[in-house]
Amino acid sequence: MLSLQPRGYVSILWSWGSPILALVLTALISGAIFRLMGRPPVLTVYTFLVSPLFAADGLAALAVKAAPLVMMGVGLSLAYRANIWNIGTEGQFTLGAIAAGGLALALPDAPGWALFPAMIAAGIVGGALWALVVAWLRTGFNANEILTSLMLTYVAQYLLVYLVTGPWRDPFGFGFPQTAMFSDAAAGSRLVEGSNLHLGLVLAPVIAASAWLVLEKTVLGFQLQVLGEAPRAARFAGFNENRLIWLAMAISGGLAGLAGMFEVTGTQGQLTTTSSPGYGFTAIIVAFLGRLNPLGVVPAGLLLALTYLGGDAAQIDLGMSNAITGIFQGILLFCLLGADVLILHQPRWRPRHVKVPGAGT
Amino acid sequence: MTTILVNLLVSVMAAATPLLLAAVGELVVERVAVLNLGVEGMMLVGAIAGFATAHETGNLVLALCASLAAGMLLSSVFALLTLTLQANQTATGLALTIFGRGFSALVGAGYVGIAAPTLPHLHIPALSDLPVLGPVLFGYDPLVYLALASLAAVAWFLARTHAGLIMRAVGDQHDAAHVLGYKVIRIRYLAVLFGGAMAGIAGAYMSLAYTPLWAQDMIAGRGWVALALVTFAAWRPFWLLIGAWLFGGIMYLSLYVQGLGVPVPSAFLSALPYIGTIVVLVLISRDRRRIALHRPAMLGRAFNPTG
Amino acid sequence: MDPPLLQLAGITKQFPGCLANDDVDLTVERNQIHALLGENGAGKSTLVKIIYGVMRPDAGAIIWQGERVAIQNPAHARRLGIGMVFQHFSLFEALTIAENIALGLNDAKDRVGLYGRIVEVSTSYGLPVDPDKRVHDLSVGERQRIEIVRCLLQNPKLLIMDEPTSVLTPQEVLLLFATLRRLAAEGCSILYISHKLEEVRALCQAATVMRLGRVVAHCTPSEKTARELASIMISAELKPAGERRAAPAAGKPRLVLDRLSLRANSEFGTSLQSISVSVAGGEILGIAGVAGNGQGELMAALSGETLAGRPEMVIVDKVPAGHMGPHERRRLGGCFVPEERNGHGAVTTMSLAQNGFLSAHLRAALVRLGVIDQRRTRAFADSVIRRFDVRTTGAAAVAQSLSGGNLQKFLVGREVLLDPAVLVISQPTWGLDAGAALAIHEAIVALSASGAAVVVISQDLDEIFLLSDRIAVIAAGRLSEPIPVRDASLERVGLLMGGVAAAPTDPVHA
Repeated sequence: MLSLQPRGYVSILWSWGSPILALVLTALISGAIFRLMGRPPVLTVYTFLVSPLFAADGLAALAVKAAPLVMMGVGLSLAYRANIWNIGTEGQFTLGAIAAGGLALALPDAPGWALFPAMIAAGIVGGALWALVVAWLRTGFNANEILTSLMLTYVAQYLLVYLVTGPWRDPFGFGFPQTAMFSDAAAGSRLVEGSNLHLGLVLAPVIAASAWLVLEKTVLGFQLQVLGEAPRAARFAGFNENRLIWLAMAISGGLAGLAGMFEVTGTQGQLTTTSSPGYGFTAIIVAFLGRLNPLGVVPAGLLLALTYLGGDAAQIDLGMSNAITGIFQGILLFCLLGADVLILHQPRWRPRHVKVPGAGT
Repeated sequence: MTTILVNLLVSVMAAATPLLLAAVGELVVERVAVLNLGVEGMMLVGAIAGFATAHETGNLVLALCASLAAGMLLSSVFALLTLTLQANQTATGLALTIFGRGFSALVGAGYVGIAAPTLPHLHIPALSDLPVLGPVLFGYDPLVYLALASLAAVAWFLARTHAGLIMRAVGDQHDAAHVLGYKVIRIRYLAVLFGGAMAGIAGAYMSLAYTPLWAQDMIAGRGWVALALVTFAAWRPFWLLIGAWLFGGIMYLSLYVQGLGVPVPSAFLSALPYIGTIVVLVLISRDRRRIALHRPAMLGRAFNPTG
Repeated sequence: MDPPLLQLAGITKQFPGCLANDDVDLTVERNQIHALLGENGAGKSTLVKIIYGVMRPDAGAIIWQGERVAIQNPAHARRLGIGMVFQHFSLFEALTIAENIALGLNDAKDRVGLYGRIVEVSTSYGLPVDPDKRVHDLSVGERQRIEIVRCLLQNPKLLIMDEPTSVLTPQEVLLLFATLRRLAAEGCSILYISHKLEEVRALCQAATVMRLGRVVAHCTPSEKTARELASIMISAELKPAGERRAAPAAGKPRLVLDRLSLRANSEFGTSLQSISVSVAGGEILGIAGVAGNGQGELMAALSGETLAGRPEMVIVDKVPAGHMGPHERRRLGGCFVPEERNGHGAVTTMSLAQNGFLSAHLRAALVRLGVIDQRRTRAFADSVIRRFDVRTTGAAAVAQSLSGGNLQKFLVGREVLLDPAVLVISQPTWGLDAGAALAIHEAIVALSASGAAVVVISQDLDEIFLLSDRIAVIAAGRLSEPIPVRDASLERVGLLMGGVAAAPTDPVHA
């Protein structure tokens, strides 16, 4: 039977090979599911994973979709490396959107050069503050951050609903639950005229690179790593665990808020009840797929952005529900977690009853 | 006045039931020191499996079996990944939730806004017709009684049987249990499957009795509340019931108050259960000594059988 | 003549990178107390795990009472009549004694009337226990009783004991020996694993000596001196025993504890109660004690991982430091080597350079403007590796790739190289081979000679007597008044360890 022998070391080959293996397995499993649904498997997988790349403006759409995922994934990779499980990026994204959107609605006539940076700041602060509530509950009351950050996600959603259907509702919006469109100034300048490419696309890789430098080269990054690997050793070294929790939550929350800001200003242009397309949970997958490494998060974000586009393509071209995206992402994460076993273990084929030579005859 | 009270008690019990079902399952899982964060996902697949089966076949027993099986199947993936392939439990539990949401949304797309048979309420002649005690004690659908019975059964099992003792031992020191010859992995598999089954049934209760219909993401965080419940109860079965009533009460009240037309924004009232969960979590977690006293010592620790 | 109780022939067991047992032969006769001698890493634990069914041998035969057997698992071993008391107990903290014992008895019929039988067997063998007590309330000696009673309830014919006295006071050791002698006389042989040579000479009728996986000798321990046994074990001429350290010149007090009290932060911890002591520069204070009496808590209070109630409770070089965390205490010159290498003193998955950074980043100036100076960090680790003879591929080697001895040499060297004012080291040579232990002892003595105040916390009385100028005993969170080593005897220290506050003033020959 198949047995798993611990390698005794970390296999670099499989650290980076495992996501590729996971992707292949996911394609196969998805293909099988499509077949069960009565769909041609190869065509469907192709439509889902490949066709969006070749669509008109496909790469631009991919980059636009990936930017917020990369930003959030980078923040999460830092937090998760320190074993700080911020699951509430969905809510922090929402708060960033609310903060930035609120500013835009309050100052419809402000000039772009003043408004846009202010909105960036608002987005970051909004997300960071929401995350800091979680940090406060953890450091002050020992409350588990997974549950508190999740609960706050629901609260954030209801806050958004309240604002968008109540005080911030567009008076000329025919009663729809949405705010007025933001001014052009709020949308920020485009990288290329007339396109959807906004500043976030440039910021995302810069953020990833900076986070990598912090993690690998600075004391702070080292402290986060040690906290995640061996909390007792972190205490022994004199690293302040509470301070690190505050920082990790602030960074991951702030980045999520920043992503939220770009999404509602750059892409949507207003606040609605569905301002968050569920990026918060996808960002978790992005972080793991990227091996909790800020640089790895970039290709991971692109891949998961592709799955969103693929879901839309499947819906338009093949008439399928775009809930297929969620399933694909879930299966991808499963396969990744399974394939990761190869990083630390070597599979061996052993006959079930080991023959001990000379004994037991 | 009495009617309001009776309605309150009955509604709180109903609201508490899915929490109780899922929490009983997760309690067993955590007593063997496994943390399965995928309760929400398992409840969702259980809800859609039960609903779809009920709609397609009209057979409620079959529907319950389907939801039980769905929960177990999803939890078996968790078990395979974390127990055999040694994957990180937190990440895998999250994966379960993400997958469960996606899967139930996909399958459920065709069942939104459709009716299905719902679970009947118990009716014992004479007993169910009693003025107050009737509805409060004897008028529920079968799953409510199942929740209470499973709680009692699990409590008795853990405290009084040798098998229950073995499970508690595995959660306390899995290395010692292994040395004594107990199959830690196998015991954990069984616990995880039980947890999955209970979560599946909890989901079925939502779609077949409580709401009863299918809507995307209808579990609305109850799976996470169930997880908080287990910590709240400090891993002791009786306290699960208290906690389930408490959380169920908050959930029911927020709906009730909305119905009264009080001038509080409905969004705030809807958010109340989640804020309440945070508050309760904070209050329990402060008492580190009490938690340390009852927490299965191996919770969160990796098990590496060698040799 | 009856066949021997247990015969092992040609037992071999290979692990990745290590041949733990190499063609081992062993014979235990009936009514015999048989010693299995060897250094840490000689292969003794592996061999007995094979006998007890925890592992299977790759080659070789096990012959039990004249018949060849393949022992499938511990339950099978117990059915055959083999019992084992492990060095690290398989006990469940949150459960009662009765529940713990019940878990070791797989057959339901063995559990009938368990409560009464526990009381009966334990009292009759002089090891009384209360079946309703929870394990986390018990001392280490009491826990061992549970393990022994659990074995005795199944009427074993062979009882394997793995390093049983490492956690007992000298008085408890005598009690154990009486029990074991009685068991052997009544028909239960004992396989006694130990590296404590005097004990083996006093207790055992036969010995098998192992080294690096092979059997190197069979002998009768009482016919050899301890030195002869030791030289068989390490197969080298022993250096003459280190001289008892000369009394140091009286230096200034560099570490002062003033009524240090600390409430335990969990149900299972030990509260420290009003600990007062002063350690001078150039002096080594040895703190003896059985595990579980507050050593870990004391270490944490000294290193700053737990903060004290008043700043004056811990004073380093005249500066009150009780309110300071580890970072600030290192600035004052405090250096620490905790008991647990893996996960506490070092991060096993990180490189030696990174582990060096862990405690040295302040005193060795390895940081510039928040950025890690990689070159200096590597150089620091390299100098530790060189100066302390750490066998490794280099500063980039991952900590878990080192043997226990080499990692400990690195961790001790890391601190020593920082020129400490005070060094506190807990369990310095636990689980290490003789060569590494010697190197570490030398490093400690050299550091002390250079003027630092050194505190050695250890469960190993031989080590304490070897290194210390003064000895104090920690028991139930209290520290006894330190006594000069020449006034200390094994009995006196043993009584203090057992919690007897008033020790006899008449020093008995150690």
